[in-house]
Amino acid sequence: MMNGATPQPEPVFRIENVNIYYGHFKAVRDVTMYIPKNQITAFIGPSGCGKSTILRCLNRLNDLIPSFRLEGKITYHGKNIYDPDIDPVEVRRKIGMVFQKPNPFPKSIYDNVAYGARVINYQGDMDELVERSLRRAALWDEVKDKLKESGFSLSGGQQQRLCIARAIAVEPEVVLMDEPCSALDPISTLKIEELMHELKANYTIVIVTHNMQQATRVADMTAFFNAEPTPKGGKVGYLVEFDTTKVIFGSPKQQATMDYVSGRFG
Amino acid sequence: MTTTTTVHPQVQPLLKRLQFRTLFGWVMTGLVSLCALLTLMPLFAVLGFVLVRGISRFSLDLFTKLPPPPGLSGGGFGNALIGTLIVVLLGTLISVPFGVLTAVYLSEFSNADARQKEIARWVRFGINVLAGVPSIIAGVFAYGLLVTTGIFGYSAMAAGVALAVLMLPTVIRTADEALKIVPQDVRWASVGLGASNYYTIFRVVLPAALPGILTGVILAMARAVGDTAALIFTALFSTFWPRSLLEPIATLSVLVYNFATVPYKPQQELAWAASFFLVMLILIASVASRLVIRRQVKR
Repeated sequence: MMNGATPQPEPVFRIENVNIYYGHFKAVRDVTMYIPKNQITAFIGPSGCGKSTILRCLNRLNDLIPSFRLEGKITYHGKNIYDPDIDPVEVRRKIGMVFQKPNPFPKSIYDNVAYGARVINYQGDMDELVERSLRRAALWDEVKDKLKESGFSLSGGQQQRLCIARAIAVEPEVVLMDEPCSALDPISTLKIEELMHELKANYTIVIVTHNMQQATRVADMTAFFNAEPTPKGGKVGYLVEFDTTKVIFGSPKQQATMDYVSGRFG
Repeated sequence: MTTTTTVHPQVQPLLKRLQFRTLFGWVMTGLVSLCALLTLMPLFAVLGFVLVRGISRFSLDLFTKLPPPPGLSGGGFGNALIGTLIVVLLGTLISVPFGVLTAVYLSEFSNADARQKEIARWVRFGINVLAGVPSIIAGVFAYGLLVTTGIFGYSAMAAGVALAVLMLPTVIRTADEALKIVPQDVRWASVGLGASNYYTIFRVVLPAALPGILTGVILAMARAVGDTAALIFTALFSTFWPRSLLEPIATLSVLVYNFATVPYKPQQELAWAASFFLVMLILIASVASRLVIRRQVKR
């Protein structure tokens, strides 16, 4: 764990003055923060505060929603990924995603892991890649004898690790995780958290979580988001505080953060 | 005796006795059961009737021989069986690519903006209208487009086009539904791995929807197998083995239509046997599509 005094590692992402709209509805306003390299950054906050929305902006997955619009800049190693000369499909190859609900493809375990590699026309040894990815996702020993079976034959926790293996098989630099443990039991959750600690060495991880204990267990940095009512009667999400996990949970500067992490609301 | 004396006064009204509502229940149960049976009757009557009339002629000859010339007996409907298979296969080959790709557009690409949604609405409306079009109209359409113009003339090709028009709405609708059932997560996952839209659709979404699409194709084929009106003036008929896709071709349904009313007994018997065979074919197709659905649900 770091404290505020240690120099921050090089940021992978910088989010600068980002506003997000769905049609005329403003979903998130004025977010400015960064994602440090080879660290785990957690997004916490009550439902509807825009954590997942921000997360999905980092690999341009929100582009799939027709009415989505973003103002401001999200730079990846200094380049704005919303620039017109950026190919969103290539962005998603560098920045992987693990979803809230385990969502393996209706294919064999092997084909699930190999999918991303086939997308990018991987020329190397596919068997080796599948094994390496499954090992990194701490799933190899459980599935090595049934690689040809459907991904659905696995338990929920195993399925989620399969999805992690699938995401890291394409060697992304960043792995985004949208509440990866919310559909899992505590033991599977613990396994995934251990896995995240191991993955940190090779990948930069951003995780959205509703579970504050999880944030304290895994995250180096934590961003607390909140939602405030708008005059029109809707809700808009904004970043309240971004700091090391220690500061956010120990001595936050904002009263709202204090109230949230101590369980007084949300 | 002892039981009646021990019943508590609060329990007394709970005991069963004959009341108007009990009687009414019995009568209504009888009535709805009777209606259910009556609706099943035509099915079994048809099955039984064609079975009784058709079974007497059932033999291997039926599938390997040509229909007899008027006045002679024996023979079979081998050419019509092959003709039906050819014509339905042609219809399938034409309607499935168009149908599935249309369904892909409707389900995957038509949500992009308001204009696309409007187009999709009209396409769906058009498909619904097409589904209600009588098969004779599909026949006239192919006749006018391909037969009278001399493009194909009376031929298996013209018949295949007519059947494709009939099959298209079923294929599109079932494929559209099957694609919509594929969970959105799976699309997100694929796109999140850097796959393009088309890669996602062809490698993940379509394979996942395949059982549903197959069901629709089987149902559409079952409809096409039994259709006569679309074939009468496109495929015409032939008493010979099919030789080319550009000549008139015999089909089972037109054989029934032609032979059922002629004054020759062997031909009439052949028509009954063909009817029985057609009904069985459609029954088997329906059961097969059910089995496909069940397998999909299990997975």
